[in-house]
Amino acid sequence: MRDPFREGLAAGWNHIDASALVADQALEADVVIVGSGAGGGVTAELLSGAGLKVIIVEEGPLRTSSDFRMLESEAYPMLFQESASRHTADKAIKILQGRCVGGSTTVNWTSSFRTPPATLHWWQTAHGLKNLSVEAMAPWFAAMEQRLHVGLWPLPPNENNAALVRGAEKLGIPVAVIPRNVKMCWNLGYCGMGCPTNAKQSMLLTTIPVALSRGATLISLLRAEKLEFSGSKAIALDGLALKADGLHPSGIRVKLRARQFVLAGGAINSPALLMRSKAVDPHGVLGKRTFLHPTLVSAALFDTPIRAYAGAPQSVYSDHFLKQAAVDGPLGFKLEAPPLHPVLLATTLHGWGEAHARLMREFANSQALLALVRDGFHPESQGGRVTLRDDGSPLLDYPLNETFWEAARRAMLAMAEIQFAAGARWVTPVHESATGYTTWGEAKQGIANLPFAPLRCRVVSAHVMGGCAMADAPERGVVSDEGRHFQIDNLSVHDGSLFPTSIGANPQLSIYGLVARNASLLAAALSGRPRPAIL
Amino acid sequence: MTTRREFLKTGVAGALLLNVAGCTRPAQGDGRTVVLTALIPVFLDGALPPAGATRPELITRTVAGVDKAIAGLSLATQKEVGELFDLLSFTPTRMIVAGVWSTWPEASPEAIGKFLESWRNSRFDLLKSGYAALRDLVFSAWYARPDTWTAIGYPGPPKVE
Repeated sequence: MRDPFREGLAAGWNHIDASALVADQALEADVVIVGSGAGGGVTAELLSGAGLKVIIVEEGPLRTSSDFRMLESEAYPMLFQESASRHTADKAIKILQGRCVGGSTTVNWTSSFRTPPATLHWWQTAHGLKNLSVEAMAPWFAAMEQRLHVGLWPLPPNENNAALVRGAEKLGIPVAVIPRNVKMCWNLGYCGMGCPTNAKQSMLLTTIPVALSRGATLISLLRAEKLEFSGSKAIALDGLALKADGLHPSGIRVKLRARQFVLAGGAINSPALLMRSKAVDPHGVLGKRTFLHPTLVSAALFDTPIRAYAGAPQSVYSDHFLKQAAVDGPLGFKLEAPPLHPVLLATTLHGWGEAHARLMREFANSQALLALVRDGFHPESQGGRVTLRDDGSPLLDYPLNETFWEAARRAMLAMAEIQFAAGARWVTPVHESATGYTTWGEAKQGIANLPFAPLRCRVVSAHVMGGCAMADAPERGVVSDEGRHFQIDNLSVHDGSLFPTSIGANPQLSIYGLVARNASLLAAALSGRPRPAIL
Repeated sequence: MTTRREFLKTGVAGALLLNVAGCTRPAQGDGRTVVLTALIPVFLDGALPPAGATRPELITRTVAGVDKAIAGLSLATQKEVGELFDLLSFTPTRMIVAGVWSTWPEASPEAIGKFLESWRNSRFDLLKSGYAALRDLVFSAWYARPDTWTAIGYPGPPKVE
């Protein structure tokens, strides 16, 4: 198996592993990009294409396809924020976010949806983002779909996804095929641990290599500690080199100067960097309204093998329950199926001892559904708030309220009904008080009586959005719809923290499309050349 | 219902004792190993083979797996996990906050099970999250190991050449 990234390094790409530095460094570029995920990758490709000298800073390590051995024991500590155990302040929500070159795009499950029209309309009307119409955004999404080889998954869904199709269709609930950003995909099912066959068109395989081949510099294991400001400008980024463990600062510092700084560290880390830097925030909007698509899980057992670990992890979905009420009405949810691997399932399932072991023994016959709740539209869905711990690391406080739990109960009911319709012999909401049900009637009654509360009902998230929201005026957000900071002239935000609400769909393509637009505008402004014809 | 007494016991006294536990920090690795060696067989009842030659070895390997997992957590989380094990290691807090009256090696599986249930169903988020942290650590250490996969019918990752 080829490893194109290692080949590029051998051919002379500029990569600095900050953990190996033995003395402080100072570097200069036209643009410093903090973060190498969906936003940072697209920005690096487009700005380097405009002839700009780019430095990409990544806090996580550089790991490439030869390192991806499809083992949870290796992938979670190596590729995820906080060893895949990042939690909200009260620990009620577990957050999966990438931390490696390529960011979450290296470890996501490849679902590639355009920002739904209902979301863009809401942003235009309720958030004043008039420029972001469905029509205006369509070419950017189309360009990124082409760039990242996004297409409807052509193979039959694996059994885990097939159960969603079967159950939903029986109940008259429409389902559809998920577009995925893959090329020559082997249909293995290990996207979440880094693609070992270079099929996933992540930033690690696409935009970052292009930027590096144009002379960009990638610095890994460098923590963006603080921005330095002078008047209304950012003048430098102070980076702390980490040791090879990716956790402890080595004591070496790297100072990066640039004309322009682009933040793309994700929707928890980008606002946190601004907070640590004491960036101006005259209207108190920074780090507020952080959204998660808080996600509920329903597990089922079938008589026949499901093997949810094998095959494209997410290939079908249903938006039926996003369309039952107005976008700002009772919270809707998107239904998908997650891949199941031993650690992921064992730590998600409730209970302990024999009750837990009994479920694990049926691992191969286990099926699961996810309900991703669309947060940030309803007046009582204000999301969370990023704060800093004493050591400067970010912490998201996201209270779960009754408006959410009402949706959680509906979601658990909907998933259980679909699973029974699909032929499940046993279904349980992942909830500490649930003992599981053998019929839909039993489930209906049981779920209606479950006490829904934090740390009783399992809530997870793989989509972090908001915190540096776009707005039409500084009173209402941190940046303009072009991602330009309202108070700091040469600072842009190019990641999921831009979104003023959640997306209502897996967000990677929303980030790609919006950032492609904004990086093109930025490239033109910085290079003095016309906006690049994308692709 | 939470009684006033319970709240004082866990809220105020717990916080005070947590401080004391932190100040009189026991030898960290040792305290943690003792607690884990007692908890693991209860968490993994039904997964761990019944008494036999391999059982102690598997428990030791799981403790080592938890140690490794903790070492990979963010430094802030490592500190919190350290406090959790301090609280469980320190005799007064073990008794009052965990309700385990004998030492960990002498605690019966029933007493440990009762402790897990009391934290899992606690009125206090702090204790519920303590239970969740222990659960995550033990189950990830166990199911991360290929030798546990046959029992659950997981073939392991496919070969990619």
